[in-house]
Amino acid sequence: MEHYTMNLTLKVWRQKNKDDRGGFETYPVKNISSEMSFLEMIDVLNEELIREGKEPIAFDHDCREGICGMCSMYINGRPHGPWHQNTTCQLHMRAYKDGDTIVIEPWRANAFPVIKDLVVDRTAFDRIIQAGGYISVNTGNAVDANAIPVEKDKADAAFAAAACIGCGACVAACKNSSALLFVSAKVSHLALLPQGDPERKSRAMNMVAQMDKEGFGSCTNTGACEAVCPKGISIENIARLNREYIMGAATAE
Amino acid sequence: MLDSKIPAGTLENKWTDYKGHCKLVNPANKRKLEVIVVGTGLAGASAAAALGELGYKVKAFCFQDSPRRAHSIAAQGGINAAKNYQNDGDSVFRLFYDTVKGGDYRARESNVHRLAEVSVNIIDQCVAQGVPFAREYGGLLNNRSFGGTQVKRTFYAAGQTGQQLLIGAYQAMERQVALGNVVQYSRHEMLDVVIIDGKARGIIARDLVTGELERHLTNAMGSNVTAAWKAHKKGAFFGNPCFTQIHPTCIPVSGDHQSKLTLMSESLRNDGRIWVPKQQGDKRKPNEIPEEERDYYLERRYPAFGNLVPRDVASRAAKERCDAGYGVGSTGQAVYLDFKFNLINKYGKAEANKRGIDHPDEATLIALGKEVVKEEYGNLFDMYEKITGENPYEVPMRIYPAVHYTMGGLWVDYELMTTVKGLYALGEANFSDHGANRLGASALMQGLADGYFVIPYTMGNYLADDIATKPIPTDHPAFVATEKEVSDRINTLINIKGKQTVESFHKRLGKIMWEKCGMARNEKGLKEAIAEIQALKKEFWSDLRIPGAVNEMNPELDKAGRVADFIELGELMCRDALDRNESCGGHFREESQTEEGEAKRDDDNYAYVAAWQFKGESEWALHKESLQFEVAKPTQRSYK
Repeated sequence: MEHYTMNLTLKVWRQKNKDDRGGFETYPVKNISSEMSFLEMIDVLNEELIREGKEPIAFDHDCREGICGMCSMYINGRPHGPWHQNTTCQLHMRAYKDGDTIVIEPWRANAFPVIKDLVVDRTAFDRIIQAGGYISVNTGNAVDANAIPVEKDKADAAFAAAACIGCGACVAACKNSSALLFVSAKVSHLALLPQGDPERKSRAMNMVAQMDKEGFGSCTNTGACEAVCPKGISIENIARLNREYIMGAATAE
Repeated sequence: MLDSKIPAGTLENKWTDYKGHCKLVNPANKRKLEVIVVGTGLAGASAAAALGELGYKVKAFCFQDSPRRAHSIAAQGGINAAKNYQNDGDSVFRLFYDTVKGGDYRARESNVHRLAEVSVNIIDQCVAQGVPFAREYGGLLNNRSFGGTQVKRTFYAAGQTGQQLLIGAYQAMERQVALGNVVQYSRHEMLDVVIIDGKARGIIARDLVTGELERHLTNAMGSNVTAAWKAHKKGAFFGNPCFTQIHPTCIPVSGDHQSKLTLMSESLRNDGRIWVPKQQGDKRKPNEIPEEERDYYLERRYPAFGNLVPRDVASRAAKERCDAGYGVGSTGQAVYLDFKFNLINKYGKAEANKRGIDHPDEATLIALGKEVVKEEYGNLFDMYEKITGENPYEVPMRIYPAVHYTMGGLWVDYELMTTVKGLYALGEANFSDHGANRLGASALMQGLADGYFVIPYTMGNYLADDIATKPIPTDHPAFVATEKEVSDRINTLINIKGKQTVESFHKRLGKIMWEKCGMARNEKGLKEAIAEIQALKKEFWSDLRIPGAVNEMNPELDKAGRVADFIELGELMCRDALDRNESCGGHFREESQTEEGEAKRDDDNYAYVAAWQFKGESEWALHKESLQFEVAKPTQRSYK
């Protein structure tokens, strides 16, 4: 790979706390290497800000391997930036060229209030899982792991849905701030497996009810969620969730 | 002084006997007992879930925004279990033996045997929870191989096994949250342990959003890595801190700005062949170097295990080739990990056979092989390409060893209790199972073994005697005093108002550790490192700059507290490495090697666990737990 350095202009959302109105600040950054990751570029800027006696930009990050789901920047109007099926931490600066301006915002959704700068509160996702995103099996109850064969196709589809990292990009991209891709990924993961079958109906109903309660919007099938999902979670999961939900609602007592 | 409380009896009966005789807590009393779990990785989340299921009142703390983010999620390759589904000769005994041998005879036999026993239950439990492990066409579970073993006992979910296991444990824990048995505290960091009359009775935690300190009461607590150092300073001995794991399959360094080096699963060594050019300083592109001019040095040196030697051996062999001038890439600090041979010969040909394609050409075989490899490791290949900009299906990966983690951790007895009563350390936070070198796919196994299947029994054995303890008020003088210590330390940190950033100190510490307490260590370097770290510590506490205030979200302040602890841990690692004048597993003392450059153990003088007691600033006392090997008799490790 050819390496190069670049100078950029960053417009970053700064907000002191959840009650602050917030606004954009402009920062020039110089000599950024094309080999850096996007977050390393922010690290460099933050080191400069601290040296100048200013407050660094608060942002969520943890594994920096694209798997924990903690990083969450809305970059030039797109969650996780320009690369397909990618997280912000795995975005590298070769995606940009000298002189570019990059606008960085937090996830924007009523159910994800901003805590500070680019950090938002995503505990709504934990509460949706608490509503039914599990199989009710206590430790020690399990039969032998090979006692129940699972068709490979179904196991693979369950895995593909389970690959969701709970980052919330789907919500950030959706014009309605719907969390349906997230919910459907979990419902599909568990509904596709025989172990998840006994709780299928109540799971879909309860998780959707919690999603509504948290203030996420409805799905209008625009597909923006699938387009930005870093793990390629398919919108087909939403269709499966709808079937699960209808089945649950139709047979509810 | 150190009582490891290993039950009497034969090795294979110890755990069964223990479970049959340990004290129990009745369901009504369990509801009165509070347990604090710090950290929600595999060990913490599984412990919180299992203890909640039993009816204890559990509080679970993590500093991330959700328990699901814990770093167990980044484990890629798999989890070991002695299921012997492959009929290839595996058994509980083999898993036990491989782990003790892989750890270079520095682990505790009884703990490792228990680990091997419960490994089979873990897989059952995870499948019941809906963990989508890889399966064969017949619908049954698939396995792969890992370093240091000759059987296929690793269960996996593509290159995302840690993620799937953690999500399983997280969901089990969230179910207990919904049922009211677990209360979850996210964006909270434990900053100290409160000890009353010699027993751990609570913690001081900081709300990372508001900056407020909170007092939490407990009857017993399990801690994960984040909190280990605080526990150490409050009396928990630290075991074998110098046993650092060097991971052989890491993406090489590109520049000083790098925040981390990315590890890739060792499972890649199942199908990737490691080589360097036979000619020193060969600048040709890898695909231009003909087969006969390549040195597959692991296959050459270790024909029995080949590319699947344990991590320590693979790492040192890579360093040896690079130091000798055979390294590749712009820095010369890399070796190739090449998938082409198996793309064609293993996967391509099998697929062609399956599809009845006669005499396929190479391009067809590669295309067919790619489909299979994508399923096995697709996410790892994608990650490599995102970081390096190179396509590993076409060009061999460049890899180099990097520091992974420490096998050391808080010293615990057979019940996983530290030297502080009522304070337990689970999973990677303790020292007990992996000796001087952890085999691949064993960390996930240990985390879940401790959380799901060990702590529910051993903690009950302690709590049974605590049912009569009256609730301790959180305005008890010990809580007040500990909270003040925490608050004073935070205020001291923020009021240094010096010039240098936290990150600059972190990087300097990393450099000292890598150069002098890294893949090879010697007396001179370690002594220098200790002096340098002490100087760095002084500089840190006099010239650190933390912007912002205490009573708000302040990531720099959070990081400063952690780096302050890392500096102290770094010093202890160097001291332990200096004390242990033998080579074993990941700890390679240049003074102690065979003629062939392999690690040379000294069982007469060092067959012990080094358990360090904190005495004060830069002051520790060494206690030794002598290791007895009754079943797996120590021999010079050989993978030839």
